[in-house]
Amino acid sequence: MATIHFLGRLQDAVGTSALTVALPGGVRDAESLRAWLGRDHPALREPSVRIAVNSSLHPGNAPLAEGDEIAFLPPMSGG
Amino acid sequence: MIRLEAEPFDAGVELASFAASAPGAGAIASFVGLVRCESGGRDVSGLELQHYPGLTEKTLAAIAADARARFELTSLVIVHRYGAMEPGEPIVFVAAAAAHRRAAFDAVDYMMDLLKTEAAFWKREHGPQGPRWIEARAADLDDRARWG
Repeated sequence: MATIHFLGRLQDAVGTSALTVALPGGVRDAESLRAWLGRDHPALREPSVRIAVNSSLHPGNAPLAEGDEIAFLPPMSGG
Repeated sequence: MIRLEAEPFDAGVELASFAASAPGAGAIASFVGLVRCESGGRDVSGLELQHYPGLTEKTLAAIAADARARFELTSLVIVHRYGAMEPGEPIVFVAAAAAHRRAAFDAVDYMMDLLKTEAAFWKREHGPQGPRWIEARAADLDDRARWG
């Protein structure tokens, strides 16, 4: 199982702020997760949406493992 | 030093406390960001700042480290709110101490530009026209681009 968080406007787009799901066999990295979830939730496919794995942002496509905490992040804005 | 706060803070107290912890500095510059009561022609009754514990702290630490690497600072502080806040309340306090004023001014300006575009927060404004999510404006991205 993996926990997936949706931050900011993505929680409205997906309809929830978090999901716990069993990753299908073909989903072993962040971009394949994006493609899988993106079929139902096109907002996740936007290039400006970044994916954090275990509270870290990785350059490129991060591998996923059982138990990971994943988050889809729209553009950030503090201050 | 970096701190996340759910409750309003007193920027004057923060500045005094920072100054007391920065002996020997020749200059301290600071900035306070406040919740506006109007945004893009819409009345704002409240602001909600969502964060992502774990990642938000890392993005703030990275901004502080960037500022330290770029400017000759003796110390710096970032205090950032999260959660629900009302117009007039402080959102962020940033201060930098240095031997000379230019580094202190520039570091505060730099940290604010990075906070606007790279700190892991998501803003939702509330008001009579309903809630709406706010993302970095083009002007924020232009400000960020000034630093290369």
